[in-house]
Amino acid sequence: MQLQRKDILGLQEMSPDEIRLILNTAESLKDILGRPVKKVPILRGKSICTLFYENSTRTRTSFELAAKIMSADTTSISTAGSSIQKGESFKDTLLTLEAMGMDVFVIRHGASGAPHFAARVVGSHVINAGDGMHEHPTQGLLDMLTILENKGTFDGLKVLIVGDIMHSRVARSNIWGLSKMGAEVRLCGPRTLLPNEIEKLPVTVYTDLDEAISDVDVVNVLRIQLERMNRGFFPSIREYSRLFGINKARLRRAKRDVLVMHPGPMNRGIEITPDVADGEFAVITDQVTNGVAVRMALLYLLLGGGGNVGAA
Amino acid sequence: MTQLTGTVNKVMDENEIRRALTRIAHEIIERNKGAEDLVIIGIQSRGVPMAQRLARIISEIEGLEIPVGSLNVALYRDDYATRSARTISPSKIPFDVTNKKVILVDEVLFTGRTTRAALDAIMDLGRPAVIQLAVLVDRGHRELPIRADYVGKNLPTALKESVDVHWVETKGEDAVMITK
Repeated sequence: MQLQRKDILGLQEMSPDEIRLILNTAESLKDILGRPVKKVPILRGKSICTLFYENSTRTRTSFELAAKIMSADTTSISTAGSSIQKGESFKDTLLTLEAMGMDVFVIRHGASGAPHFAARVVGSHVINAGDGMHEHPTQGLLDMLTILENKGTFDGLKVLIVGDIMHSRVARSNIWGLSKMGAEVRLCGPRTLLPNEIEKLPVTVYTDLDEAISDVDVVNVLRIQLERMNRGFFPSIREYSRLFGINKARLRRAKRDVLVMHPGPMNRGIEITPDVADGEFAVITDQVTNGVAVRMALLYLLLGGGGNVGAA
Repeated sequence: MTQLTGTVNKVMDENEIRRALTRIAHEIIERNKGAEDLVIIGIQSRGVPMAQRLARIISEIEGLEIPVGSLNVALYRDDYATRSARTISPSKIPFDVTNKKVILVDEVLFTGRTTRAALDAIMDLGRPAVIQLAVLVDRGHRELPIRADYVGKNLPTALKESVDVHWVETKGEDAVMITK
């Protein structure tokens, strides 16, 4: 099987077979990260451009590292220091960079749908690295790879996503991806941070964390996006932490082999206590490693990397 | 797989393959003066059963365990632009190749491009003392300056013919088939 699409925009439109292909490929490629020479020549001569209109450490670094391990060349553009500050439009920026021969654009943008627009403007491949409050498909895939590695299957798993669901593109990608693969997705957060029409998503919604967390296999803790919290979604950080923070006592209600995940960056002491973040159930650094593998897989599959060994 | 067109001829049967592998095993031991530091790496997917059998035969003769690995060369190929990306399985090399005598195994030697990719892949894993190439069939038409150290059978072919090696492990019988 091969990936039959030009762009990776979200997990909502992806089939279970495609997700399985990406995760299997990532699992194979992860092997390279443990070698003394972390370099394979497969994408030699390909140009990858990361175009970030919002800040990021891990996603951008992870994409660049993935590209470099596979011998592609990377260029990174961010708003500060580029002609975007002179007022160049998103479209013109894309066309300019495409004219320089970019094969893949990795785009993060504050506006939901920006990568979809880019995918129509350019003939090159586009990978969504997070668009507004819509999706963050590579984070969804790396979360899924981490779950798969630890649990072996998605079938019948209970996965709780807790926190600011409304603003979270990570939550949306997780919801679509996990539910497609047969997991049961539970959401929990303050009413003010649950999106309208949430009942249209394939999820069960809870507002009581103690009830939501009981018997779950995975807890995915979302970051409280302090930069988006200027509108009084909850009375105080302290109250949020008391009602929706993940701590040791709460975790005891989950399954004994529960996984604790967090997409980072963490607000320690707010949505997650430090002893849980550094504790035995946390797989937060594994998620980061898997992120590189997933991004390698996507670049490999999109750029039509070599197939299995043939007779030649 | 059933061939829909063309005539299929069996050019090696079970016994001929067994004899060829036994001879190659002896040649490997002779050339390397024993089986000390020998490791065998099969190129995925069809070089792997052959690698396992050679290791078994050499172990029986020399009385020591020969480590076997399987190598995926997809990431080292030079034709990725013209081939489609498919699922790849990881290389399984459960030993360090540095300072080892590596016997690289493939079932058919054709253009030499797979071998070239495999050499690069092994070099990224370490620095072997020596790499030698063993193939069941050499069908000619090399595009690179590569030759095998051990050959089961030299098989002159036309470019448009295809050579398929069947292994009991995967196809239920040992045979080399040529399709015209």
